[in-house]
Amino acid sequence: MDPATLVKAILLAPTLTILVFALVRIPWRARVPLGLVLGVGGAFGAAATLDAGLLSYLVSFSIMAGIYAVLCLGLNVQWGYTGHLNFGIAGFFALGAFTTALVTTSAPTGTLAQYSQQAFGLELPFLVGIAAGAVVAGVVAFLIAIPVLRLRMDFLAIATIGIAEIIRLVFQNERWLANGPQPLRGVPRPLYCTVQEPTCAWLPAPVAAWLAPLAPRDYIFIYLGIVTLILALVYLALERAVRSPWGRVLRATRDEETSTAMSGKNVPRVRIQSFVLGAAVMGLGGALYAHYTVTIDYSHFNPLFATFIVWVMLMLGGSGNNRGAILGAFIIWGVWSGTAFLTEALEPGLRAISETLPDRSAYLRWLLVALLLAAIVLYRPQGLLKEETIVSRHLLRRRGAAATTPGATATVGGAPPAATAPEAAGRDPGGG
Amino acid sequence: MADLDPTGATGAATDATSPPLRERVRAALQSRTALVVIILAVLALLWWSAVARDVSAERLLSLTVWGVMLGGVIALGAIGLTLVYGVLKFPNFSHGAMVTLGAYLAFAFMAVLPQGPALRPFSFGWEFLAALVLAMPLVGVVALGLDRVVYRRLRRQNASLVLFAMASLAMAFFLRSLIYLIWGPDFYFYYDARANPVLDLPLNIRVQADQLFIVVLAFAIVGLVHLLLTRTRMGKAMRATANNPDLAQIRGINTERVIAWTWIMGGALAAAGGVMYGLSSQLRPEMGFWLLLPMFAAVIMGGVGNPRGALVGALIIGVTQQVATAFLNPAYGPAVAFALMVLTLLVRPQGLFGARGG
Repeated sequence: MDPATLVKAILLAPTLTILVFALVRIPWRARVPLGLVLGVGGAFGAAATLDAGLLSYLVSFSIMAGIYAVLCLGLNVQWGYTGHLNFGIAGFFALGAFTTALVTTSAPTGTLAQYSQQAFGLELPFLVGIAAGAVVAGVVAFLIAIPVLRLRMDFLAIATIGIAEIIRLVFQNERWLANGPQPLRGVPRPLYCTVQEPTCAWLPAPVAAWLAPLAPRDYIFIYLGIVTLILALVYLALERAVRSPWGRVLRATRDEETSTAMSGKNVPRVRIQSFVLGAAVMGLGGALYAHYTVTIDYSHFNPLFATFIVWVMLMLGGSGNNRGAILGAFIIWGVWSGTAFLTEALEPGLRAISETLPDRSAYLRWLLVALLLAAIVLYRPQGLLKEETIVSRHLLRRRGAAATTPGATATVGGAPPAATAPEAAGRDPGGG
Repeated sequence: MADLDPTGATGAATDATSPPLRERVRAALQSRTALVVIILAVLALLWWSAVARDVSAERLLSLTVWGVMLGGVIALGAIGLTLVYGVLKFPNFSHGAMVTLGAYLAFAFMAVLPQGPALRPFSFGWEFLAALVLAMPLVGVVALGLDRVVYRRLRRQNASLVLFAMASLAMAFFLRSLIYLIWGPDFYFYYDARANPVLDLPLNIRVQADQLFIVVLAFAIVGLVHLLLTRTRMGKAMRATANNPDLAQIRGINTERVIAWTWIMGGALAAAGGVMYGLSSQLRPEMGFWLLLPMFAAVIMGGVGNPRGALVGALIIGVTQQVATAFLNPAYGPAVAFALMVLTLLVRPQGLFGARGG
C-alpha cells in the first residue's frame, strides 16, 4: 500500500465507521467493536482494492449524499416530527449557500469588481460562514413562520413553494447582492491548505509530513471528513432534541393538536420552533454545498434539484426517523447517480426512437425519480424505516409493566395520560 | 361569544368592556368588505407609486389593460384548479404542468395540421383554433388518466390530504420531465416571425389583436363554465360534491363520475390557459410552473372551490402583476402574486367568496 492510499484509508475510516453506526443495526453489546472493525476494515479494504478514480468518485458521491442527508434531517424536523408540509426547501438551501459565500469570500476589488459584484465579503473562517448560513436561514424562516404557520397544511405547502421561488428570484435578479445571474466564484474550501504545497503554516510538522502524499485533487477526502463530522453532530443533536420532552410535544402537536393545546402546551410556539430549527439545518446543508462546489449561482437551487429530490429521499427513508432520513439520502443519491449509467446504457435504444433523444436523456432520470416518489406514496408511504413509536427510554424500560394497559406502549408519551389514547388511535399511516 | 384562543389572550378578559370590542374589531377586519378595501388599497398604492415615479398615465392604462389579459390567462388555469381543489380537497401541484402540456400538445397538432393564412387582424390561422380544440379534451383525458392511476388508488386507501399533495407534486415533475424529454428545454413560438400588428385603441392604449382574442375567449369559456355549473345536472352535482361529498353521495350522486368530469374539465381549462399563454408569449417547459403561483393566489383569493371567485382573483392578480412592472423588475411578478395571497390568508383565509369559518 503506497503512502497516499494509506492516508486516504485513514481519512476514510472515521466516515465509514460513523455510517456503519448510523445505518447498520448491530446487537448492542457487539456495537462498538463490530462497528469499528466494519468501518476501519471497510475503509482500508476500499482504499486498497478500488482504483484511485473509482475511489474518488465514491468519495465525491458520499459528500453529496452527506449534504443531502443534512437537508433531509432538516426536512425531517419539519415534516417528519411536526407535519409541516415544506415544499420550499430550495429557498433555505440557497440562503445558507449564499450567506456562507458572502461571509467567507473577499469582496472583489479593482478590475474584478466590474465583472463580479457582491454586497459584502467578510473573509471570515469556514465555521463562522456555515453558522451564519444556518442562522440566516433560521431568521428568514422565523419571519415567514409568523404569518404562514397559522395556515392549514395545504396552504403552507403553497406558501413555501412561493417563498422558495421568491428567494431564487432575488438571487437571480439582484446583481449587487451576490452577482445576480452570474455565478459567484471562489467560495473558500476549508483546510484546503493541507493538501497544498507549501502546506498550512499552523499545521504541526508531523501531521504535515503525514498528509504530504495527498495531491490537491485528493482534497475531497478531507472534505468528506468535514461533511461526515457535521452530519454526525447534526444527527446527534436532532436525535437528542426529538427524544427530549420538546420532541415529544412536537409529535403530540402533529398527531393531536387540540389535546396538546388542552394539556397546556403552547402549540403555535412549538410549531414555529420546529420550522425554524429545520430551516436552520437546511441552511447548514446549503453552506456545506457552497464550500464543496466553490462556484454557486441561482440555477443550482431549482425546485427539481433542491426540493423535490429531498422529499423523495425522506419519503423513501422514512419520515419521522432520522436514520431513515440519512439512509434515504444515500439510496436516492445512489439511484440518481446510477440512472446516469442507465441512460448511457439506453442510448442506442433512445437513438432508435429519435435521433436527438439521447441529448435529452437527462430528463429521463427525473422521470424515473418522479415515478419512484409516486410509487412510494402509493405503496409504502411510511418509508423503509418506520418511525419509532417509543422514544422515551423510561417507557422502554417499563414496557413490560405497561403492556397490561392497552394503547400505552404505542404512544409518544409527551402529553399527559389523558391525551395518549386518542393519539394512538389518531395516527394515520402517512405519518402526518 | 368568547372563543378559546390557545395563543393566550386571557389577560384582556379581566377588562369587562374590551373583549366584545376586540371581537367586533376582529370580525370587522375579517369581513369581505375589509379584504376588498385592502385589495383596493394595494392597487391604489401601486398606481400611486407608479405615478410618483413619473410613469405616464397612458402607460399605466395600457398596463392595466394588459393586466386584464394576463388575468384572463390566469383565470383559465385557476378555474380548473379551484374546481379540482373544491371537489377533491387537495391542492393539485401538477396543474401547472397540465397548462404546459396543453400548450405543447397544441404546438404538436399545429405541426401536423395544414397551415392556412392568418385570420387578420389576428396573427394565427384556423389551424391554431383547431389545435386548441384538439388539445383541450386531450389534456382532460390525461388528467383523468392520472386520476385513475394515482389519485383514485389513494382515495381507496383513504390516504391523508398530504399524500395527495405529494403525489400531485410527483405527477407535476413527471409531466414536466416528459415535456422536457419530448420537446427539450428550448422555447418555441406558435408562429415564428409572423407580424403581429399593434392596434391603436382610444386613449392611446396599444394592444395586439391576439391579446383581445385571449381576453374574449377567456371570458367566453368562464361564462360557459358558469352555465355548466349552474344549469346542467353534472354541474350541480359537481357543486354539491364540492360542498359536502358525503351528503352528495347519500343523495344519490355518483361522486366518482363527478370526480372524473371535474378532472376532464380542469385539464381542458388548463390546456386552454396554456395555449393562450403560449400565444401571448412563448412556449417553455417552465411556463406552467411560473403560472402556478398566480393561479394558486387567484384560487385562494377567490375562495377555494369557487370558479367565480377564481375569475375575480385572477383579474386582480393579473392587473397587480402588470401594474407592478411599471416600477419593479417584471421577474418579480410571482412575488407580487404571492404577497397578495399572503395578505388574503392573513385577513380572510376563506377568500373573497368563501363562507364564514372555512
